[in-house]
Amino acid sequence: MKVLVTAKQVATVDDDDFEVGVDGVDEQFLEYDLNEWDEYAVESGVSFAEECDDDVEVVSVTIGPEQTEETIRMVLAKGVDRAIRVWDDALDEDALRDVETKAALLEAVAERESPDLVLTGVQASDDGLGATGVALAATMDVAWAAVANDVEIDADAETVHARRELEGGLEEVTDVALPAVLTIQTGINEPRYASLRGIRQAQRKEILPLGLDDLDVDATQLKRRLSVKSTRVPETTSTATLFEGEADETATDLAEMLRDEGVTAE
Amino acid sequence: MSDVLVVAEHRQDSLRDVSFELVTAGRNLADEMDGTLDVAVISGAVESFAEALSLDGVDRIHTVDYGDEFNHDVYTQAVTQLHDAVDPTVLLLPNSVNGLDYAPAVATRLGLPYVSDTVDVEWDGEGVVTVREQFGGKVETVVGVDDDAAVVSVRPGAYAPADTDGTASVVAFDAEIETDAVLTDVRGFEEVAGGDVDITEADVLVSVGRGIEDEENLDLIFDLAEALDATVSASRPVVDDGWLDKGRQVGQSGKVVTPDVYLAIGISGAVQHVAGMKGAETIVAVNTDPNAPIFDIADYGVVDDLFDVVPELIEQLG
Repeated sequence: MKVLVTAKQVATVDDDDFEVGVDGVDEQFLEYDLNEWDEYAVESGVSFAEECDDDVEVVSVTIGPEQTEETIRMVLAKGVDRAIRVWDDALDEDALRDVETKAALLEAVAERESPDLVLTGVQASDDGLGATGVALAATMDVAWAAVANDVEIDADAETVHARRELEGGLEEVTDVALPAVLTIQTGINEPRYASLRGIRQAQRKEILPLGLDDLDVDATQLKRRLSVKSTRVPETTSTATLFEGEADETATDLAEMLRDEGVTAE
Repeated sequence: MSDVLVVAEHRQDSLRDVSFELVTAGRNLADEMDGTLDVAVISGAVESFAEALSLDGVDRIHTVDYGDEFNHDVYTQAVTQLHDAVDPTVLLLPNSVNGLDYAPAVATRLGLPYVSDTVDVEWDGEGVVTVREQFGGKVETVVGVDDDAAVVSVRPGAYAPADTDGTASVVAFDAEIETDAVLTDVRGFEEVAGGDVDITEADVLVSVGRGIEDEENLDLIFDLAEALDATVSASRPVVDDGWLDKGRQVGQSGKVVTPDVYLAIGISGAVQHVAGMKGAETIVAVNTDPNAPIFDIADYGVVDDLFDVVPELIEQLG
Protein backbone atom coordinates (compact mmCIF):
# COMPACT_ATOMS: atom_id res chain seq x y z
CA MET A 1 0.00 0.00 0.00
CA LYS A 2 1.18 3.49 -0.72
CA VAL A 3 0.30 6.78 0.96
CA LEU A 4 1.04 10.12 -0.68
CA VAL A 5 1.20 13.11 1.68
CA THR A 6 1.27 16.70 0.51
CA ALA A 7 3.70 18.87 2.48
CA LYS A 8 3.64 22.60 1.84
CA GLN A 9 6.29 25.02 2.95
CA VAL A 10 4.42 28.08 4.21
CA ALA A 11 5.48 31.59 5.01
CA THR A 12 4.91 32.93 8.51
CA VAL A 13 5.11 36.51 9.77
CA ASP A 14 6.13 37.94 13.10
CA ASP A 15 3.40 39.27 15.39
CA ASP A 16 3.45 42.95 14.60
CA ASP A 17 6.74 43.66 12.90
CA PHE A 18 6.19 43.53 9.14
CA GLU A 19 5.40 45.72 6.15
CA VAL A 20 3.22 45.03 3.16
CA GLY A 21 3.61 45.89 -0.51
CA VAL A 22 0.99 45.52 -3.25
CA ASP A 23 1.63 41.80 -3.71
CA GLY A 24 1.79 40.89 -0.06
CA VAL A 25 4.06 40.94 2.94
CA ASP A 26 7.60 42.04 2.07
CA GLU A 27 9.90 39.05 1.64
CA GLN A 28 12.34 40.19 4.33
CA PHE A 29 9.68 39.76 7.06
CA LEU A 30 8.82 36.20 6.10
CA GLU A 31 10.05 32.99 7.64
CA TYR A 32 9.36 29.51 6.32
CA ASP A 33 8.09 26.37 7.94
CA LEU A 34 6.09 23.21 7.28
CA ASN A 35 2.36 23.98 7.16
CA GLU A 36 0.81 23.12 10.55
CA TRP A 37 -2.05 21.09 9.03
CA ASP A 38 0.43 19.09 6.92
CA GLU A 39 2.32 18.13 10.08
CA TYR A 40 -0.78 16.26 11.19
CA ALA A 41 -1.22 14.72 7.72
CA VAL A 42 2.41 13.52 7.76
CA GLU A 43 1.91 12.02 11.22
CA SER A 44 -1.25 10.22 10.06
CA GLY A 45 0.66 8.66 7.16
CA VAL A 46 3.76 7.71 9.11
CA SER A 47 1.91 6.28 12.11
CA PHE A 48 -0.35 4.25 9.81
CA ALA A 49 2.75 2.78 8.12
CA GLU A 50 4.18 1.88 11.54
CA GLU A 51 0.96 0.16 12.59
CA CYS A 52 1.14 -1.93 9.42
CA ASP A 53 4.71 -3.01 10.22
CA ASP A 54 5.94 -0.82 7.42
CA ASP A 55 4.28 -2.72 4.66
CA VAL A 56 3.23 0.76 3.59
CA GLU A 57 5.32 3.27 1.72
CA VAL A 58 4.81 6.94 2.60
CA VAL A 59 5.83 9.44 -0.07
CA SER A 60 5.61 13.20 0.34
CA VAL A 61 5.07 15.73 -2.41
CA THR A 62 5.90 19.41 -2.22
CA ILE A 63 5.40 22.06 -4.87
CA GLY A 64 8.20 24.56 -4.46
CA PRO A 65 11.66 25.75 -5.46
CA GLU A 66 14.92 24.30 -4.19
CA GLN A 67 14.79 26.27 -0.94
CA THR A 68 11.82 24.13 0.17
CA GLU A 69 14.20 21.17 0.56
CA GLU A 70 14.94 22.25 4.11
CA THR A 71 11.29 21.70 4.98
CA ILE A 72 11.22 18.47 2.97
CA ARG A 73 14.19 17.10 4.96
CA MET A 74 12.19 17.77 8.12
CA VAL A 75 9.30 15.72 6.72
CA LEU A 76 11.69 12.90 5.82
CA ALA A 77 13.18 13.05 9.30
CA LYS A 78 9.71 12.41 10.75
CA GLY A 79 9.58 9.07 8.95
CA VAL A 80 8.38 9.70 5.39
CA ASP A 81 10.21 7.23 3.11
CA ARG A 82 10.99 9.48 0.15
CA ALA A 83 9.99 12.83 -1.28
CA ILE A 84 9.03 14.40 -4.58
CA ARG A 85 9.56 18.08 -5.22
CA VAL A 86 7.68 19.61 -8.13
CA TRP A 87 9.06 22.79 -9.60
CA ASP A 88 9.42 24.54 -12.90
CA ASP A 89 10.38 28.05 -13.91
CA ALA A 90 6.94 28.35 -15.50
CA LEU A 91 5.38 28.25 -12.03
CA ASP A 92 4.82 31.59 -10.34
CA GLU A 93 2.65 32.95 -7.54
CA ASP A 94 -0.30 33.65 -9.82
CA ALA A 95 -0.25 30.08 -11.12
CA LEU A 96 0.00 28.58 -7.64
CA ARG A 97 -2.87 30.72 -6.36
CA ASP A 98 -5.18 29.01 -8.87
CA VAL A 99 -6.12 25.68 -7.33
CA GLU A 100 -6.66 24.09 -10.75
CA THR A 101 -2.94 24.47 -11.43
CA LYS A 102 -1.97 22.82 -8.17
CA ALA A 103 -4.50 20.02 -8.70
CA ALA A 104 -3.13 19.39 -12.22
CA LEU A 105 0.45 19.08 -10.92
CA LEU A 106 -0.49 16.85 -7.98
CA GLU A 107 -2.71 14.71 -10.17
CA ALA A 108 0.27 14.12 -12.48
CA VAL A 109 2.32 13.05 -9.46
CA ALA A 110 -0.50 10.76 -8.28
CA GLU A 111 -0.70 9.18 -11.72
CA ARG A 112 3.01 8.42 -11.55
CA GLU A 113 2.87 7.04 -8.00
CA SER A 114 -0.61 5.39 -7.93
CA PRO A 115 -1.17 5.91 -4.19
CA ASP A 116 -4.03 4.12 -2.42
CA LEU A 117 -4.49 7.10 -0.14
CA VAL A 118 -3.60 10.77 -0.41
CA LEU A 119 -3.41 12.86 2.75
CA THR A 120 -3.38 16.66 2.69
CA GLY A 121 -3.81 19.28 5.37
CA VAL A 122 -7.26 20.94 5.53
CA GLN A 123 -5.66 24.23 4.56
CA ALA A 124 -2.40 26.14 4.54
CA SER A 125 -1.70 28.58 7.32
CA ASP A 126 -0.52 31.35 4.96
CA ASP A 127 -3.15 31.79 2.24
CA GLY A 128 -5.69 29.41 3.77
CA LEU A 129 -7.42 28.49 0.50
CA GLY A 130 -8.49 25.11 1.88
CA ALA A 131 -9.10 23.73 -1.59
CA THR A 132 -6.17 21.59 -2.72
CA GLY A 133 -7.21 18.19 -1.35
CA VAL A 134 -10.79 18.18 -2.58
CA ALA A 135 -9.86 19.74 -5.94
CA LEU A 136 -7.21 17.03 -6.33
CA ALA A 137 -9.74 14.27 -5.54
CA ALA A 138 -12.16 15.69 -8.11
CA THR A 139 -9.36 15.93 -10.68
CA MET A 140 -8.24 12.33 -9.95
CA ASP A 141 -11.89 11.26 -9.96
CA VAL A 142 -11.57 9.41 -6.66
CA ALA A 143 -13.42 9.56 -3.33
CA TRP A 144 -12.61 12.10 -0.64
CA ALA A 145 -13.49 13.44 2.78
CA ALA A 146 -12.63 16.93 4.01
CA VAL A 147 -11.78 18.01 7.55
CA ALA A 148 -11.15 14.54 8.96
CA ASN A 149 -10.33 14.38 12.66
CA ASP A 150 -10.33 10.60 12.92
CA VAL A 151 -9.19 8.13 10.28
CA GLU A 152 -9.25 4.35 10.45
CA ILE A 153 -7.94 2.63 7.34
CA ASP A 154 -9.31 -0.81 6.54
CA ALA A 155 -7.06 -1.84 3.67
CA ASP A 156 -8.73 -5.24 3.23
CA ALA A 157 -12.18 -3.72 2.84
CA GLU A 158 -10.69 -0.89 0.73
CA THR A 159 -12.49 1.56 2.95
CA VAL A 160 -11.57 4.41 5.27
CA HIS A 161 -13.79 4.95 8.28
CA ALA A 162 -13.48 8.68 8.88
CA ARG A 163 -14.97 11.32 11.09
CA ARG A 164 -15.42 14.82 9.76
CA GLU A 165 -15.24 17.61 12.31
CA LEU A 166 -18.38 19.70 11.82
CA GLU A 167 -19.28 22.92 13.60
CA GLY A 168 -20.49 23.04 17.21
CA GLY A 169 -18.90 19.86 18.57
CA LEU A 170 -20.62 17.58 16.09
CA GLU A 171 -18.91 14.92 13.97
CA GLU A 172 -20.04 13.25 10.78
CA VAL A 173 -19.30 9.53 10.61
CA THR A 174 -18.42 8.65 7.02
CA ASP A 175 -17.14 5.66 5.09
CA VAL A 176 -15.00 6.50 2.09
CA ALA A 177 -14.04 4.03 -0.63
CA LEU A 178 -10.33 3.71 -1.46
CA PRO A 179 -8.48 5.10 -3.34
CA ALA A 180 -9.27 8.39 -1.68
CA VAL A 181 -8.02 11.82 -0.69
CA LEU A 182 -8.51 12.89 2.93
CA THR A 183 -7.92 16.41 4.21
CA ILE A 184 -6.60 16.23 7.76
CA GLN A 185 -7.63 18.55 10.59
CA THR A 186 -5.30 19.65 13.38
CA GLY A 187 -5.65 17.75 16.65
CA ILE A 188 -6.20 14.36 14.94
CA ASN A 189 -2.95 13.05 16.44
CA GLU A 190 0.23 14.22 18.14
CA PRO A 191 2.79 15.07 15.46
CA ARG A 192 6.20 13.74 16.46
CA TYR A 193 9.40 15.68 16.66
CA ALA A 194 12.14 14.37 14.42
CA SER A 195 14.62 12.23 16.35
CA LEU A 196 18.37 12.63 15.85
CA ARG A 197 18.37 9.26 14.17
CA GLY A 198 15.51 10.42 11.92
CA ILE A 199 17.41 13.55 10.99
CA ARG A 200 20.50 11.50 10.10
CA GLN A 201 18.46 9.05 8.04
CA ALA A 202 16.72 11.90 6.24
CA GLN A 203 20.02 13.00 4.74
CA ARG A 204 20.21 9.73 2.81
CA LYS A 205 16.59 9.71 1.62
CA GLU A 206 15.67 10.64 -1.92
CA ILE A 207 14.16 13.98 -2.92
CA LEU A 208 13.16 13.58 -6.55
CA PRO A 209 12.82 16.85 -8.46
CA LEU A 210 10.19 16.82 -11.19
CA GLY A 211 9.44 19.51 -13.75
CA LEU A 212 6.49 20.02 -16.08
CA ASP A 213 8.08 17.84 -18.79
CA ASP A 214 8.68 14.98 -16.34
CA LEU A 215 5.04 15.15 -15.36
CA ASP A 216 3.69 15.52 -18.89
CA VAL A 217 1.99 18.72 -17.87
CA ASP A 218 1.75 21.30 -20.62
CA ALA A 219 2.42 24.94 -19.70
CA THR A 220 -1.01 25.80 -21.15
CA GLN A 221 -2.59 23.71 -18.36
CA LEU A 222 -1.35 26.24 -15.83
CA LYS A 223 -4.19 28.60 -14.98
CA ARG A 224 -3.74 32.08 -13.53
CA ARG A 225 -7.25 33.40 -13.02
CA LEU A 226 -6.89 34.92 -9.54
CA SER A 227 -4.85 38.07 -9.14
CA VAL A 228 -3.93 40.02 -6.03
CA LYS A 229 -4.91 43.64 -6.60
CA SER A 230 -3.75 45.01 -3.27
CA THR A 231 -2.63 44.01 0.21
CA ARG A 232 -3.28 45.88 3.42
CA VAL A 233 -3.11 45.56 7.17
CA PRO A 234 -6.69 45.68 8.47
CA GLU A 235 -7.50 48.72 10.58
CA THR A 236 -8.04 47.94 14.20
CA THR A 237 -11.57 48.50 15.41
CA SER A 238 -10.79 48.13 19.08
CA THR A 239 -12.92 50.04 21.56
CA ALA A 240 -11.47 48.22 24.56
CA THR A 241 -10.50 50.07 27.70
CA LEU A 242 -6.80 49.21 28.00
CA PHE A 243 -5.19 49.12 31.45
CA GLU A 244 -1.59 50.29 31.34
CA GLY A 245 1.37 50.14 33.67
CA GLU A 246 3.38 47.48 35.45
CA ALA A 247 1.81 44.06 36.00
CA ASP A 248 0.87 44.82 39.61
CA GLU A 249 -0.94 47.99 38.53
CA THR A 250 -2.83 46.40 35.64
CA ALA A 251 -3.72 43.46 37.90
CA THR A 252 -5.20 45.93 40.43
CA ASP A 253 -7.27 47.54 37.68
CA LEU A 254 -8.41 44.15 36.42
CA ALA A 255 -9.35 42.98 39.92
CA GLU A 256 -11.35 46.16 40.53
CA MET A 257 -13.12 45.86 37.21
CA LEU A 258 -13.99 42.21 37.92
CA ARG A 259 -15.38 43.15 41.36
CA ASP A 260 -17.47 45.87 39.71
CA GLU A 261 -18.81 43.23 37.33
CA GLY A 262 -19.82 41.23 40.38
CA VAL A 263 -17.24 38.50 39.78
CA THR A 264 -15.66 37.25 42.99
CA ALA A 265 -15.15 33.89 44.55
CA GLU A 266 -17.01 33.25 47.77
CA MET B 1 -29.35 32.87 -17.25
CA SER B 2 -29.01 34.45 -13.87
CA ASP B 3 -26.37 36.50 -12.17
CA VAL B 4 -25.89 34.99 -8.74
CA LEU B 5 -26.71 31.50 -7.51
CA VAL B 6 -26.48 30.76 -3.79
CA VAL B 7 -26.53 27.23 -2.33
CA ALA B 8 -28.09 27.02 1.13
CA GLU B 9 -26.83 24.77 3.93
CA HIS B 10 -28.80 22.76 6.48
CA ARG B 11 -28.20 20.08 9.07
CA GLN B 12 -30.49 17.99 11.25
CA ASP B 13 -33.69 19.58 9.91
CA SER B 14 -32.55 23.21 10.28
CA LEU B 15 -31.17 25.73 7.83
CA ARG B 16 -27.82 26.98 9.11
CA ASP B 17 -27.23 30.72 9.68
CA VAL B 18 -24.76 30.89 6.82
CA SER B 19 -27.63 30.27 4.37
CA PHE B 20 -29.24 33.58 5.33
CA GLU B 21 -25.87 35.34 5.31
CA LEU B 22 -25.26 34.09 1.78
CA VAL B 23 -28.60 35.56 0.70
CA THR B 24 -27.41 38.98 1.93
CA ALA B 25 -24.07 38.59 0.15
CA GLY B 26 -25.79 37.33 -2.99
CA ARG B 27 -28.35 40.13 -3.06
CA ASN B 28 -25.65 42.81 -2.63
CA LEU B 29 -23.70 41.28 -5.48
CA ALA B 30 -26.76 40.90 -7.70
CA ASP B 31 -27.65 44.56 -7.07
CA GLU B 32 -24.19 45.64 -8.21
CA MET B 33 -24.72 43.58 -11.36
CA ASP B 34 -28.26 44.87 -11.75
CA GLY B 35 -29.26 41.25 -11.83
CA THR B 36 -31.13 38.34 -10.36
CA LEU B 37 -30.53 36.14 -7.34
CA ASP B 38 -31.30 32.43 -7.37
CA VAL B 39 -31.07 30.18 -4.32
CA ALA B 40 -30.78 26.39 -4.33
CA VAL B 41 -31.53 24.00 -1.49
CA ILE B 42 -30.54 20.35 -1.77
CA SER B 43 -31.71 17.34 0.31
CA GLY B 44 -33.80 17.30 3.47
CA ALA B 45 -37.15 19.05 3.89
CA VAL B 46 -36.64 21.16 0.77
CA GLU B 47 -40.17 22.55 0.68
CA SER B 48 -40.14 24.01 4.17
CA PHE B 49 -36.55 25.18 3.63
CA ALA B 50 -37.68 26.93 0.44
CA GLU B 51 -40.42 28.67 2.38
CA ALA B 52 -37.91 29.96 4.94
CA LEU B 53 -35.54 31.07 2.16
CA SER B 54 -38.22 33.06 0.35
CA LEU B 55 -36.59 36.30 1.48
CA ASP B 56 -36.66 39.83 0.16
CA GLY B 57 -34.45 40.03 -2.92
CA VAL B 58 -34.51 36.33 -3.77
CA ASP B 59 -35.98 35.82 -7.24
CA ARG B 60 -36.12 32.06 -7.58
CA ILE B 61 -35.56 29.04 -5.35
CA HIS B 62 -34.55 25.68 -6.80
CA THR B 63 -35.26 22.60 -4.72
CA VAL B 64 -33.49 19.28 -5.19
CA ASP B 65 -35.45 16.63 -3.32
CA TYR B 66 -32.87 13.87 -2.88
CA GLY B 67 -31.77 12.28 0.39
CA ASP B 68 -31.85 13.78 3.85
CA GLU B 69 -28.48 15.07 4.97
CA PHE B 70 -25.46 16.51 3.20
CA ASN B 71 -23.44 14.13 1.04
CA HIS B 72 -20.71 15.86 -0.94
CA ASP B 73 -21.03 13.54 -3.93
CA VAL B 74 -24.75 14.32 -4.20
CA TYR B 75 -24.15 18.06 -3.70
CA THR B 76 -21.33 18.15 -6.25
CA GLN B 77 -23.50 16.50 -8.89
CA ALA B 78 -26.62 18.53 -8.10
CA VAL B 79 -24.83 21.89 -7.97
CA THR B 80 -22.93 21.18 -11.20
CA GLN B 81 -26.20 20.37 -12.98
CA LEU B 82 -27.95 23.38 -11.47
CA HIS B 83 -25.08 25.56 -12.64
CA ASP B 84 -25.50 24.28 -16.18
CA ALA B 85 -29.24 25.00 -16.06
CA VAL B 86 -29.20 28.36 -14.25
CA ASP B 87 -25.90 29.59 -15.73
CA PRO B 88 -24.97 32.15 -13.06
CA THR B 89 -22.02 34.52 -13.33
CA VAL B 90 -21.17 33.92 -9.68
CA LEU B 91 -21.86 30.77 -7.69
CA LEU B 92 -21.78 31.60 -3.97
CA LEU B 93 -21.17 28.75 -1.54
CA PRO B 94 -20.58 28.66 2.23
CA ASN B 95 -17.02 28.32 3.50
CA SER B 96 -18.35 26.02 6.21
CA VAL B 97 -16.96 22.56 6.96
CA ASN B 98 -19.37 21.16 4.38
CA GLY B 99 -18.48 23.94 1.96
CA LEU B 100 -14.85 22.84 2.26
CA ASP B 101 -16.08 19.36 1.37
CA TYR B 102 -17.74 20.19 -1.97
CA ALA B 103 -17.00 23.73 -3.23
CA PRO B 104 -13.53 22.90 -4.65
CA ALA B 105 -14.98 19.83 -6.39
CA VAL B 106 -17.76 21.88 -7.98
CA ALA B 107 -15.26 24.45 -9.26
CA THR B 108 -13.08 21.63 -10.63
CA ARG B 109 -15.98 19.93 -12.40
CA LEU B 110 -17.16 23.24 -13.87
CA GLY B 111 -13.62 24.27 -14.83
CA LEU B 112 -14.17 27.61 -13.08
CA PRO B 113 -11.82 29.67 -10.91
CA TYR B 114 -12.40 29.26 -7.18
CA VAL B 115 -11.88 31.88 -4.48
CA SER B 116 -12.44 30.56 -0.99
CA ASP B 117 -13.15 32.00 2.45
CA THR B 118 -13.92 35.52 1.30
CA VAL B 119 -15.15 38.17 3.74
CA ASP B 120 -16.39 40.51 1.00
CA VAL B 121 -17.57 39.87 -2.56
CA GLU B 122 -18.23 42.65 -5.04
CA TRP B 123 -18.74 43.26 -8.72
CA ASP B 124 -16.63 46.09 -10.13
CA GLY B 125 -18.47 46.29 -13.46
CA GLU B 126 -16.21 43.81 -15.20
CA GLY B 127 -15.50 41.03 -12.78
CA VAL B 128 -15.66 39.67 -9.28
CA VAL B 129 -13.48 41.33 -6.66
CA THR B 130 -13.14 39.68 -3.26
CA VAL B 131 -11.44 40.37 0.05
CA ARG B 132 -9.61 37.52 1.79
CA GLU B 133 -7.52 37.30 4.92
CA GLN B 134 -3.99 35.91 5.14
CA PHE B 135 -1.73 34.85 7.97
CA GLY B 136 -4.66 34.38 10.34
CA GLY B 137 -6.14 37.83 9.74
CA LYS B 138 -2.93 39.86 10.04
CA VAL B 139 -3.15 40.85 6.38
CA GLU B 140 -6.05 41.42 3.98
CA THR B 141 -5.70 40.89 0.25
CA VAL B 142 -8.01 42.09 -2.50
CA VAL B 143 -8.26 39.23 -4.99
CA GLY B 144 -9.79 39.72 -8.42
CA VAL B 145 -11.03 36.98 -10.75
CA ASP B 146 -10.15 37.14 -14.42
CA ASP B 147 -12.83 35.00 -16.00
CA ASP B 148 -16.44 35.21 -17.18
CA ALA B 149 -17.72 33.21 -14.22
CA ALA B 150 -16.50 32.17 -10.79
CA VAL B 151 -17.15 30.02 -7.74
CA VAL B 152 -16.75 31.99 -4.52
CA SER B 153 -17.10 30.73 -0.97
CA VAL B 154 -18.04 33.14 1.81
CA ARG B 155 -16.87 32.94 5.40
CA PRO B 156 -19.67 32.24 7.90
CA GLY B 157 -20.41 35.38 9.91
CA ALA B 158 -19.00 37.77 7.30
CA TYR B 159 -22.46 39.08 6.34
CA ALA B 160 -25.55 39.85 8.39
CA PRO B 161 -28.32 37.31 7.85
CA ALA B 162 -31.23 38.30 5.57
CA ASP B 163 -34.49 38.28 7.52
CA THR B 164 -37.15 40.16 5.56
CA ASP B 165 -39.79 37.95 3.95
CA GLY B 166 -40.06 37.96 0.19
CA THR B 167 -41.97 36.33 -2.61
CA ALA B 168 -39.58 34.07 -4.47
CA SER B 169 -40.92 31.53 -6.91
CA VAL B 170 -40.08 27.92 -6.06
CA VAL B 171 -39.05 25.50 -8.80
CA ALA B 172 -38.35 21.81 -8.29
CA PHE B 173 -35.12 20.88 -10.05
CA ASP B 174 -34.87 17.31 -11.24
CA ALA B 175 -31.19 16.51 -10.67
CA GLU B 176 -30.01 13.21 -12.07
CA ILE B 177 -27.87 11.76 -9.33
CA GLU B 178 -25.59 9.04 -10.63
CA THR B 179 -25.44 6.68 -7.65
CA ASP B 180 -22.29 4.90 -8.95
CA ALA B 181 -20.46 8.18 -8.47
CA VAL B 182 -21.53 8.48 -4.83
CA LEU B 183 -18.37 7.10 -3.22
CA THR B 184 -19.00 8.15 0.37
CA ASP B 185 -21.50 6.69 2.78
CA VAL B 186 -22.53 9.20 5.43
CA ARG B 187 -23.53 7.04 8.37
CA GLY B 188 -24.68 9.68 10.81
CA PHE B 189 -23.68 12.22 13.42
CA GLU B 190 -22.12 11.97 16.83
CA GLU B 191 -21.74 14.59 19.53
CA VAL B 192 -18.21 14.96 20.78
CA ALA B 193 -18.01 13.68 24.35
CA GLY B 194 -18.23 16.70 26.60
CA GLY B 195 -16.14 15.56 29.54
CA ASP B 196 -17.16 16.44 33.08
CA VAL B 197 -17.64 20.20 32.63
CA ASP B 198 -20.35 22.10 30.78
CA ILE B 199 -18.73 25.38 29.76
CA THR B 200 -21.97 26.63 28.21
CA GLU B 201 -23.55 26.86 31.68
CA ALA B 202 -20.77 28.94 33.29
CA ASP B 203 -21.35 32.59 34.26
CA VAL B 204 -17.64 33.30 34.25
CA LEU B 205 -15.10 31.62 31.97
CA VAL B 206 -11.33 31.84 32.21
CA SER B 207 -10.26 30.81 28.72
CA VAL B 208 -6.72 29.88 27.81
CA GLY B 209 -4.95 29.91 24.44
CA ARG B 210 -1.63 29.24 22.74
CA GLY B 211 0.05 31.89 24.91
CA ILE B 212 0.17 29.44 27.83
CA GLU B 213 3.06 27.73 25.99
CA ASP B 214 3.23 24.59 28.10
CA GLU B 215 0.85 22.12 29.70
CA GLU B 216 2.50 22.64 33.10
CA ASN B 217 1.55 26.30 33.03
CA LEU B 218 -2.16 25.44 33.05
CA ASP B 219 -2.06 25.39 36.87
CA LEU B 220 -1.90 29.15 36.71
CA ILE B 221 -5.16 29.27 34.77
CA PHE B 222 -6.92 26.88 37.15
CA ASP B 223 -5.72 28.98 40.10
CA LEU B 224 -7.16 32.10 38.50
CA ALA B 225 -10.43 30.30 37.81
CA GLU B 226 -10.61 29.21 41.43
CA ALA B 227 -10.03 32.77 42.63
CA LEU B 228 -12.94 33.90 40.45
CA ASP B 229 -15.20 30.90 41.04
CA ALA B 230 -15.02 30.46 37.28
CA THR B 231 -14.81 27.57 34.83
CA VAL B 232 -11.77 26.95 32.59
CA SER B 233 -12.28 26.83 28.82
CA ALA B 234 -9.78 26.95 25.95
CA SER B 235 -9.09 27.85 22.36
CA ARG B 236 -8.27 25.24 19.76
CA PRO B 237 -4.45 24.88 20.06
CA VAL B 238 -4.68 23.90 23.73
CA VAL B 239 -7.19 21.18 22.91
CA ASP B 240 -5.27 20.05 19.79
CA ASP B 241 -2.23 19.51 22.00
CA GLY B 242 -4.33 17.31 24.27
CA TRP B 243 -3.84 19.51 27.35
CA LEU B 244 -7.57 19.98 27.92
CA ASP B 245 -10.44 17.89 26.64
CA LYS B 246 -12.56 18.79 23.66
CA GLY B 247 -15.57 19.62 25.82
CA ARG B 248 -13.75 22.76 26.99
CA GLN B 249 -13.10 24.10 23.48
CA VAL B 250 -14.73 27.43 22.59
CA GLY B 251 -15.20 28.27 18.92
CA GLN B 252 -16.61 27.22 15.59
CA SER B 253 -15.81 23.54 16.01
CA GLY B 254 -16.25 23.60 19.79
CA LYS B 255 -18.92 25.22 21.94
CA VAL B 256 -20.67 28.54 21.63
CA VAL B 257 -20.64 30.26 25.01
CA THR B 258 -22.41 33.35 26.35
CA PRO B 259 -21.11 33.94 29.88
CA ASP B 260 -21.43 37.21 31.81
CA VAL B 261 -17.65 37.57 31.82
CA TYR B 262 -15.13 35.95 29.48
CA LEU B 263 -11.44 36.29 30.29
CA ALA B 264 -9.30 35.49 27.24
CA ILE B 265 -5.80 34.69 28.47
CA GLY B 266 -3.15 34.32 25.78
CA ILE B 267 -5.78 33.99 23.05
CA SER B 268 -5.17 35.90 19.80
CA GLY B 269 -8.83 35.83 18.78
CA ALA B 270 -8.84 34.02 15.44
CA VAL B 271 -12.19 34.30 13.69
CA GLN B 272 -13.01 30.64 14.45
CA HIS B 273 -12.57 31.32 18.16
CA VAL B 274 -14.50 34.59 18.14
CA ALA B 275 -17.45 32.78 16.53
CA GLY B 276 -17.82 30.86 19.79
CA MET B 277 -17.57 33.68 22.34
CA LYS B 278 -18.57 37.01 20.82
CA GLY B 279 -21.91 36.77 22.61
CA ALA B 280 -20.27 37.08 26.04
CA GLU B 281 -21.51 40.13 27.92
CA THR B 282 -18.11 41.40 29.05
CA ILE B 283 -14.88 40.33 27.34
CA VAL B 284 -11.50 40.82 29.01
CA ALA B 285 -8.27 40.06 27.14
CA VAL B 286 -4.67 39.64 28.26
CA ASN B 287 -2.24 39.26 25.37
CA THR B 288 1.29 40.36 24.50
CA ASP B 289 0.39 41.32 20.92
CA PRO B 290 -1.32 44.75 20.79
CA ASN B 291 -2.58 43.90 17.27
CA ALA B 292 -4.20 40.63 18.30
CA PRO B 293 -7.78 40.60 16.93
CA ILE B 294 -9.10 39.67 20.41
CA PHE B 295 -8.71 43.37 21.34
CA ASP B 296 -11.17 44.28 18.56
CA ILE B 297 -14.00 42.65 20.50
CA ALA B 298 -12.68 43.06 24.06
CA ASP B 299 -14.28 45.50 26.51
CA TYR B 300 -11.20 45.56 28.72
CA GLY B 301 -7.65 44.61 27.95
CA VAL B 302 -4.08 44.41 29.12
CA VAL B 303 -1.23 44.28 26.60
CA ASP B 304 1.31 42.35 28.64
CA ASP B 305 2.73 38.93 29.36
CA LEU B 306 0.16 36.68 30.99
CA PHE B 307 2.91 35.17 33.15
CA ASP B 308 3.41 38.61 34.74
CA VAL B 309 -0.23 39.69 34.98
CA VAL B 310 -2.05 36.50 36.00
CA PRO B 311 -0.01 35.72 39.17
CA GLU B 312 -0.48 39.34 40.31
CA LEU B 313 -4.18 39.14 39.60
CA ILE B 314 -4.55 35.92 41.58
CA GLU B 315 -2.79 37.58 44.50
CA GLN B 316 -5.00 40.69 44.31
CA LEU B 317 -8.15 38.58 44.21
CA GLY B 318 -7.02 36.34 47.05
